[in-house]
Amino acid sequence: MKLRNLTALAATTALCAPMAFAADMADEMTIVSWGGAYSNSQIKAYSEPYAEKTGVTIINDESSAEAVAKLRAMNEAGNVTWDVVDVVAADAMRLCDEGLAMEIDPDEHLAPAPDGTSAEDDFGDLLVSDCFIPQIVYSTTFGYRTDLVGDTPPSKICDVFDLEAYPGKRALEKRPINNMEWALLCDGVAKEDVYDVLETEEGQEQALAKLDTIKDSVIWWSAGADTPQLLADGEVVMGSTYNGRLFSVIEEQDQPVAMLWDAQVFDLDGWIIPAGLSDERKARALDYIYFATDTQRLADQAKYISYGPARASSAPLVGQHAELGIDMAPHMPTDPENSKNTFLYNYEFWADYRDDIDAKFQAWLAK
Amino acid sequence: MADASNSDAFVEFERVQKSYDGETLVVKDLNLSLPKGEFLTMLGPSGSGKTTCLMMLAGFETATHGDIRLDGTSINNIPPHKRGIGMVFQNYALFPHMTIAENLSFPLEVRGLGKSDREAKVKRALDMVEMGTFGGRRPAQLSGGQQQRVALARALVFEPELVLMDEPLGALDKQLREKMQFEITHLAHQLGITTVYVTHDQTEALTMSDRVAVFNDGRIQQLAPPDQLYEEPANSFVAQFIGENNTLEGVIKEIREGHALVQLDGGELIACTPVNVSEAGQRTRVSIRPERVEYNKERLQEGAHTLKAEVLEFIYMGDIFRTRLRVAGNKDFIIKTRNAPDQVRLQPGQQIEIGWLPEDCRALDA
Amino acid sequence: MSDTTQSGPVLSADGTPLKRSLARALRMQKVRALMLIAPLLIFILLTFILPIADMLFRSVENRIVADTLSETVVTLEEWDAMSGDAPGEAVYESLYYDLFVAAEAKEHTKLGTRLNYEQTGISSLFRSSGRKMDDFGEDHVEAIEDASDGALKDAALWYEIMTGGSSDAGNTELLKAQRSKMAQLTGEGFGGDIGFVPGADISETFPRLARAYTDFALFVAVMDGDVVAEEDPWESVFVAFAQEVQAPGGAEKIAGYTGPGAAELQAAAAALADLEPISFKQTFVDIDEDWEDVGNWRTIQTYSPKYTSGYFLNSIDMQKGVDGAEARPENQQIYITLFKRTMFMSLVITGSCILLGYPVAWILANLPTRTANLLMILVLLPFWTSLLVRTSAWKVMLQQQGVINDVLVWLGLVADDARLVMINNQFGTIVAMTHILLPFMILPMYSVMQTINPTYLRAAKSLGATNWTAFWRVYFPQSVPGIGAGSILVFILSIGYYITPEIVGGTKGVFISNRIAYHISSSLNWGLAAALGTILLAVVLLLYWAYDKIVGIDNVKLG
Repeated sequence: MKLRNLTALAATTALCAPMAFAADMADEMTIVSWGGAYSNSQIKAYSEPYAEKTGVTIINDESSAEAVAKLRAMNEAGNVTWDVVDVVAADAMRLCDEGLAMEIDPDEHLAPAPDGTSAEDDFGDLLVSDCFIPQIVYSTTFGYRTDLVGDTPPSKICDVFDLEAYPGKRALEKRPINNMEWALLCDGVAKEDVYDVLETEEGQEQALAKLDTIKDSVIWWSAGADTPQLLADGEVVMGSTYNGRLFSVIEEQDQPVAMLWDAQVFDLDGWIIPAGLSDERKARALDYIYFATDTQRLADQAKYISYGPARASSAPLVGQHAELGIDMAPHMPTDPENSKNTFLYNYEFWADYRDDIDAKFQAWLAK
Repeated sequence: MADASNSDAFVEFERVQKSYDGETLVVKDLNLSLPKGEFLTMLGPSGSGKTTCLMMLAGFETATHGDIRLDGTSINNIPPHKRGIGMVFQNYALFPHMTIAENLSFPLEVRGLGKSDREAKVKRALDMVEMGTFGGRRPAQLSGGQQQRVALARALVFEPELVLMDEPLGALDKQLREKMQFEITHLAHQLGITTVYVTHDQTEALTMSDRVAVFNDGRIQQLAPPDQLYEEPANSFVAQFIGENNTLEGVIKEIREGHALVQLDGGELIACTPVNVSEAGQRTRVSIRPERVEYNKERLQEGAHTLKAEVLEFIYMGDIFRTRLRVAGNKDFIIKTRNAPDQVRLQPGQQIEIGWLPEDCRALDA
Repeated sequence: MSDTTQSGPVLSADGTPLKRSLARALRMQKVRALMLIAPLLIFILLTFILPIADMLFRSVENRIVADTLSETVVTLEEWDAMSGDAPGEAVYESLYYDLFVAAEAKEHTKLGTRLNYEQTGISSLFRSSGRKMDDFGEDHVEAIEDASDGALKDAALWYEIMTGGSSDAGNTELLKAQRSKMAQLTGEGFGGDIGFVPGADISETFPRLARAYTDFALFVAVMDGDVVAEEDPWESVFVAFAQEVQAPGGAEKIAGYTGPGAAELQAAAAALADLEPISFKQTFVDIDEDWEDVGNWRTIQTYSPKYTSGYFLNSIDMQKGVDGAEARPENQQIYITLFKRTMFMSLVITGSCILLGYPVAWILANLPTRTANLLMILVLLPFWTSLLVRTSAWKVMLQQQGVINDVLVWLGLVADDARLVMINNQFGTIVAMTHILLPFMILPMYSVMQTINPTYLRAAKSLGATNWTAFWRVYFPQSVPGIGAGSILVFILSIGYYITPEIVGGTKGVFISNRIAYHISSSLNWGLAAALGTILLAVVLLLYWAYDKIVGIDNVKLG
């Protein structure tokens, strides 16, 4: 409450002396992201140019995996130390629901496209939450060992469930999301019906029953780095992970691994600004967001990592990898060649069913 | 067996040597035999090899060379638990997690005695050391003296023929120690067991033992009954180590008819009994017990040698007087006199003459 | 003088009673001692006692339902959950006003998340409904606004109507009640002057309207920091007016109303005459048919109390049913299994630590100090490497294409196509955790064994015991306190472990702590996490108590 009163007070003062406050932005900010190659791409594409332009000191934190819990704890303690946080869309929705992230009006706070299209239209459907500014489109998809799959490499998602044609271990994420959808798809459910079926008790049973057929051959992963490692060690024949991780296994580490783009599940990653920041910090965070999510900046990020920019206007600007010098467009999950059969993560569905299905999924795993 | 073996010896050490590091010998050529029922004390300063000897006898150390025999049988290759030797340790080594009765019952149990047998023996042993009512207590609940008695009872409860004691009274205060000294000897003689007792306390050794083996530098310096040890030390180490002793350094002038004439470093001549000196010209250390020095001329023998002395200090000690003198350059020459009504109290600075019987003055190795 | 001392209490030298001066002297000592440990006490209080108390509290706390839907939970009490019918209009009416304010304060989604733990789908129901609160009485609001040339669009007029003019006594009771309601809803302080007091007359004539406007006034003044008289009232105010005017007897009330803005209000009432009265239930059902779902209402009713056993029931695979606690469906039962598994595996890990650690500690305790110190470094080496590195190293060792399997295949002990599965199962967890926790076993054992005098063994042997008997009857019992201390350490550490089981445990080797971590950081179901944690704490205390009873806690030594 104190914070709120303070903000209210600050707001009133700001009204009295708008000029003095308008230019007043915090000269230090903490940006939270996932670490690794992904954080690097953000630092290269956004933070370094921004710091150069404004002289602001940027502190990088790698806590995105626990962002929701930590923000909630910070909020309860009344001391939010983060300014901009990179989260997946589902987490952004939860943060928004919990009142932990501030709402952002895209047209007011974000840059329009170079051709004048408003930010709202440029991002389009990807604005899945009022608090969320999408940044990249990534996908969860499969990679396989080219040397362990015989003469006919897997081409369909259902090959994951085919132990006869492709014996060996598979790596799947230790959570129901995506796995349940794939299981239903390969159990004869039409793509458009997947979530309707999954809503029902029988549908959930059906998906688990399908997963049961390969349960003994699955290594369950919980960190994004697991599958690439398992593939590199030859522990698994195929495994799901984020497409950017597979890109680096294939192109940067030169492992005998190839992508199976079929039924890749699109998901979004982007920024939120925590609720309850002081005016100076909020102004700084908004200024950073405005800079970091403009058309050119989003396209720049693709030089360092194979995730698709969230703006429609950025797609044509995607160039070559900064070090390897290869064209990045064919490695984007959004590339037409790769996205013949795709799936979009259903946020609403999982926000509702996550707890329920997760309980069943974990109980099934423990059986 | 071997020729050296004494037919009635119960415990025998024959040419025993012990080295820990392969470079120096801790025990050098030890020969010792004791008959059944004897109470033998091994006395010596720390590091003299006495405890090592005890441990070799108990089986916790193996002799590097030589033979140890028990009742005529070599025990070199018999493990400690089969030797049947009772042992009392310096810190008593009562098992803290067992009651007193359980501690005593332990050696009987491992020997497979029945329950009623055990209980009877434990009770008898505890009664013997007057600890009959303490059977249910734990060692930590007992005083040092009580623990000592229990340790003794435990070493005796399985009726061994040989008991070893490794400085068992070291942790007790003086009064209790004297009491226990008496009790232990009493018990040992009463039960007729052979005892080997290790200590560095000479009073203990003298009061308790049938014979004392004085150890130094890995050898037995003298093996003798207490009185002989005191009265007739075989060498200057024993003389120094046992009791209080005055020494004067000099050179043998001549040895004749069991008497030696010694010229002290100050030039004075005195008559002594030669012990381990053999020829004139040899350096010697003359030993005189403080209580055998006489300064009352009337009590001196006719023709006795006398020496000039200066009184430095007079100490009143109740039953005796202790006077420190300067004699032939030695500032720490002590004499002891009984506190009797006719006794003169010497004053510091007084010049006197002192003398002694030649038998009381022993010319030893230098 | 001497007479008084004899008859009265004993006095000290200065004449005060001895007892009192003694007490004073002791008090000084106590205060000084207390001040000495005060920093530690405060530290423990802040970092240990308070968090545990907070956890215990969270595991039963359930204020959010009653705080957010303060009126609804009261009206819903009347509803018979067994009837099979959705509640009546009154409940939906309460829900509308509760939800409207909650949506303004953005609290409804929190409640949705909370209730979604119990009933799938409530989360989106609350989220989507919160966006559509304007659907209620759309026509009515428009009619009121249009009446008398839009006079009721004026914020100032509403302010005057609701205060009842300067002559009105003011209903401070109502203001106070709504203040505390808003404070509970938002968790903010709603004290201080807000520049508005509802009029006594109007709140008696139109109580619903007065409540709705007071909520609005409080929110605007406190949360937004605006002036009440300058802000347009919420739709809920218009809806409340329409509802009360159209209710039976409403026409008479408005006709008899003489306070400020009477003419405008009467005109608005007239404009409403053509419209059907607002049906809250119908509108809710139109927004989402799930509002008719009995299951949802049952959940809200079941979780209305401010404290709930629901989290604890959930922790032991049960749930709150219509008639009390009942078992969860079998396909959702997991926690009992995990608790059992955690206990079992922790015991196995403790056991293997004892087996592996005892000989090591024994060797360390019996070696010369120099060598022992060197070996101790090897024992402690695992402490100096990061937990993740050690665990990942085990992965490299144990996996099917890993070092051990490679060696076995090379030696021909195992066929290449039948490599052993040693990781991502219980075996992997036990191996990795035994390795990680071994020092915690060895250290207390070592320090206890160091204090065992070797003469005990000699004494035992001299008394006729063989090596084994001497060890088993004399040495081992004395080393038990070390085993006890090590076991307690290892056991308690291992039941709380989650990183290692997460990495090498696969599906069969995960612990209850992994679910606690999941509920803390992923599902955000902190209440359930707290309940699981509380049970774990209780189990530890229970085992500790049992240990004390069986072995005796004074038999635990760390050295």
